[in-house]
Amino acid sequence: MLIDPMDMHVPTEAVQAIERPLVVTQSLLYLDGVSVSFDGFRAINNLSLVIAPGEMRAIIGPNGAGKTTMMDIITGKTKPDTGDVIFDGQIDLTQLDETAIANLGIGRKFQKPTVFESHTVEDNVEMAVKADRTVFGTLFSRHSAEIWKRVDEILGIVRLGDHRRRMAGDLSHGQKQWLEIGMLLAQDPKLLLVDEPAAGMTDVETGATADLLKDIAKTHSVVVVEHDMGFIRELGVKVTCLHEGSVLSEGTLDKVSADERVIEVYLGR
Amino acid sequence: MMLTRFLFEKIDRAGWIFLVLLGLAAVLVPVLNLAVPPGSAFHVSNTAVGLWGKYMTYALLALAVDLVWGYCGILSLGHGAFFALGGYAMGMYLMRQIGPRGVYSHPTLPDFMVFLNWKELPFTWWGFSSFPYAMLMVGLVPGILAFVFGWFAFRSRVTGVYLSIITQALTYALMLAFFRNDMGFGGNNGLTDFKDILGFNIQSQTTRAVLFSLSVLALMAGYLVARAIVTSKAGKILIAVRDAEARTRFLGYRVENYKLFVWTVSAVMAGIAGALYVPQVGIINPSEFSPANSIETIVWVAVGGRGTLVGAALGAGVVNFAKSWFTGAFPQGWLFALGGLFVFVTLFLPKGIVGTFTEWWRTRAAKREPPASAAAEQPAQ
Repeated sequence: MLIDPMDMHVPTEAVQAIERPLVVTQSLLYLDGVSVSFDGFRAINNLSLVIAPGEMRAIIGPNGAGKTTMMDIITGKTKPDTGDVIFDGQIDLTQLDETAIANLGIGRKFQKPTVFESHTVEDNVEMAVKADRTVFGTLFSRHSAEIWKRVDEILGIVRLGDHRRRMAGDLSHGQKQWLEIGMLLAQDPKLLLVDEPAAGMTDVETGATADLLKDIAKTHSVVVVEHDMGFIRELGVKVTCLHEGSVLSEGTLDKVSADERVIEVYLGR
Repeated sequence: MMLTRFLFEKIDRAGWIFLVLLGLAAVLVPVLNLAVPPGSAFHVSNTAVGLWGKYMTYALLALAVDLVWGYCGILSLGHGAFFALGGYAMGMYLMRQIGPRGVYSHPTLPDFMVFLNWKELPFTWWGFSSFPYAMLMVGLVPGILAFVFGWFAFRSRVTGVYLSIITQALTYALMLAFFRNDMGFGGNNGLTDFKDILGFNIQSQTTRAVLFSLSVLALMAGYLVARAIVTSKAGKILIAVRDAEARTRFLGYRVENYKLFVWTVSAVMAGIAGALYVPQVGIINPSEFSPANSIETIVWVAVGGRGTLVGAALGAGVVNFAKSWFTGAFPQGWLFALGGLFVFVTLFLPKGIVGTFTEWWRTRAAKREPPASAAAEQPAQ
């Protein structure tokens, strides 16, 4: 059975959000009716999604479902053709660029781990720690015990303390993933967007990454995109399944994975 | 003092060697040229002083290019434009110093304006009889052009090869403009026949020796500024922009501002280099804007070692020394040799002379005493 995206139900939260503006102001991230096309291809189609403060949400969906494009829209890399993207109750993200959005408190980990390869591990984290980001601020910045204390903390959390002096380019794939998560933490964002944190990891590393994210979620809102269903089960959070640029199903992992349409397009029979 | 600490704090061993050698050259070369009689084995010839003085200004230009290319990934194929603009600013001062001693003996107008039948000095030339004003323009004109150019280019996120092509177009457009007589900068003849600078005869050997020393000092100052920038936290951000521009943006850094800053600083350095070049070679004409010049500068930096600063300066010296020798020995062969050199370096020394040497040195040190080198690393700052 093929599914017509136009038949899709708008998630109930979003409907409530529209009817009662109070909910809008209380949600941390609010996407409503967002669409974007690339050369006629609708990558995101009338997408609505609400993330509450302190919530961790897992996003699943087949390739081309629009997961990464959604992150691009939230972080300002892509401008939506239509729709609202509201952060922290009132800030319209569609009007801002990547830098401004990052400084508002939205951190992003890329699908392919992206760290500064010719810098040491600790320098990578140091650059990410919340501090003066202006040219002249960094040009004349002096050694700050406060920042380096934070670097030590972060390196402890992501278990890279023993590798702090190595070049980030020399790290293993899994270590790079962690370093990037550490850099996200160092930014101290309100919302973390984490794209495939467990990709290319061993089972042990995957388990450790799930624990790390659960730990982070205690104090931050987190959106995780993942394909690894075992990993998502370990996270134990609400799941949204995207398909052809809109929400196909939403709820607990058990509910979503029992959904006929999810099985049809993503999980397979 | 704050500034001293800012400039000298992060100099490494190679940097100190570089500075000491340059310092010695700045003092010894003029002495050996002026005080030691020509017959002596220690005498430095007038030709050598002129030649190496010119190389020093090239080295400063290479340093400026390395700052943007080596550390921020901006491959500029138009830095010759900033060099030439600085040169023209100096040339205009020198033209005004000629005064009534020109061929047409006009009290204010340079010869070419009299020849073009102009009646008064165009506004672009106003103030250039004042040395401080001219020196201000040496930095300001390239600086403002770079700032405006960079403002638009970096904000519109023009990067990579597209930016390189635009920089190339910039210098080419300026070349065509300066070729025009009605631009008022001497057309294709440019500015020449200089008489004196600050009252000193520009032909006298003492003046030339002083110009040599000033070029060396400018190179040292340029190195200190560039080194302070690249070793600061802002320097780490520049390298981050070079290696992963999008990531830097998502960390909350305004990438375009960092690029604009380093681009403008680099253009000013190139302008100063040009200003020191012109009185030593005695002429500035539109061919200095030629795209080939800017590309040659890239070769110097690549040969010496991109992203090493010292290497860029060294590369400028080595390649130009080879050029002087080659154009004497095999006048037709130079361009082939230059092309061959670039191919050789790209294939076999991708990190350039200094980069390759540093790597070899580190590997050797690590092989010889692995525990010691590990222990030498200090714990967290």
